[in-house]
Amino acid sequence: MSLGQVWAIARKDLLTEGRSKETLNGLFFFAALVLLVFGFALGPDRARLEQAAAGVLWVGFILTGVLGLTRAFQVERENECLEGLLLYPGDRGALYLGKLLGNVVFMLGLEAAVFPCFAFFYNMPLWGALPGLLLTAALGTAGFAAVGTLFAAMTMHLRAREVMFPLLLLPFVVPVLLAAVKGTEAFLRGAGRAEAFPWLALLALFDLVFVTVSLFALEWIVEE
Amino acid sequence: MRQDGARSPVRRGGGIELRGIGKNYGATWALRGVDLVLGPGESLALFGPNGAGKTTLLKILATLVAPTRGSGRVAGFDLRREQGGIRESVALLAHGTHLYEDLTARENLLFGAAMRRRSVPLDALLTRVGLAEAAAERVRALSSGMKRRLALAKVMLAEPAVLLLDEPFTNLDQAAVALLEGYVGEVLGRGGSVLMATHDLARGYAACRRAAVLVNGRLIHEAPAQPGGLEALRAAYVAATGEGGG
Repeated sequence: MSLGQVWAIARKDLLTEGRSKETLNGLFFFAALVLLVFGFALGPDRARLEQAAAGVLWVGFILTGVLGLTRAFQVERENECLEGLLLYPGDRGALYLGKLLGNVVFMLGLEAAVFPCFAFFYNMPLWGALPGLLLTAALGTAGFAAVGTLFAAMTMHLRAREVMFPLLLLPFVVPVLLAAVKGTEAFLRGAGRAEAFPWLALLALFDLVFVTVSLFALEWIVEE
Repeated sequence: MRQDGARSPVRRGGGIELRGIGKNYGATWALRGVDLVLGPGESLALFGPNGAGKTTLLKILATLVAPTRGSGRVAGFDLRREQGGIRESVALLAHGTHLYEDLTARENLLFGAAMRRRSVPLDALLTRVGLAEAAAERVRALSSGMKRRLALAKVMLAEPAVLLLDEPFTNLDQAAVALLEGYVGEVLGRGGSVLMATHDLARGYAACRRAAVLVNGRLIHEAPAQPGGLEALRAAYVAATGEGGG
């Protein structure tokens, strides 16, 4: 597998996404709106906000992630570009890893923009917890995107892909979501690494399993 | 995961050899036992009506579709076991242009070169296909003909030993047709093989050294292209398909 090919695919996807800014802008405002609406619903009670904050944050991430990942393979439908990708020499694992890398960077970029909104709406001092929060976000996003990239490839030719994609994806990412919420909650409470570590380890394990399985599964999925 | 493609196999010369290739989609057989031998430096124009199996045959040769039965070698590589080697050696100019609309012409070629792990003088290539001035334009802004030229440039950077062309004359102006025919000659001149599927009997016949007709997944006529032979081919085509054979 060529790392050059992985990077070429990721770079191409990020360039394409960056140029069609409506997706990026739309997803950012959607995530900000989710945080805002939940913030209003929960009210000004600080204890309640703190209890719910991690869950609300990940609801925002997952919902925007689902919308973003639905598009992951749409760009390959136009002009039969997927066929073009399959014609290139080299392992098809590079196709999966390139797509995954593009999706993870795209989602992390979006999350980086959402974090300040979260801090503002929920009055959360994030600075001290930031390294831990970023690590949790990176591991959670990688796990979510690992499965999401695979299912985006599976559903790209379906007419009802917008319906089928979340239906297939969400049950699989429940473990990732739970571990990510618990890890984020530990860092937001300032509980420290000791409490967060088991959840981070679990996330890392999910990531490893999901990436490995998806890497092998994509070969069969893209074959006609 | 297949590992054959992970290596960088030594590129071999042209040549296609198919024995009894069949392909079914459910109950429908797109190809029913195609035998074909095309040596290095040889070209074949493949004619046939819609649904004859031309595109399926090209996709099998490009490893995009696995044959249901039969065996073969493309550029010296086994069709079933050495797909990585075939993908190193084959380029397909297909119906779809395989171009990314939001990337520029140059970025599309850059992506193609990165995926083929080749260092190619892209500016020279863009000049050759007449797109030097459109290099920084997004593909979305190019005309259909310019997109086809860019798709041809993407094929050229592969420097294929086996060139597969599916309806290559679509949307091409006369200059681009001449460019394509020149490139076909170049591939043949360096010992490559060219298989061209087209409805355009006159152009296909003129561009290739052999011609064949595929109907209902079977090769029913094959002959060298020679002066005066076009009428015989047209007659065979009309008899087999009932079409006018334009």
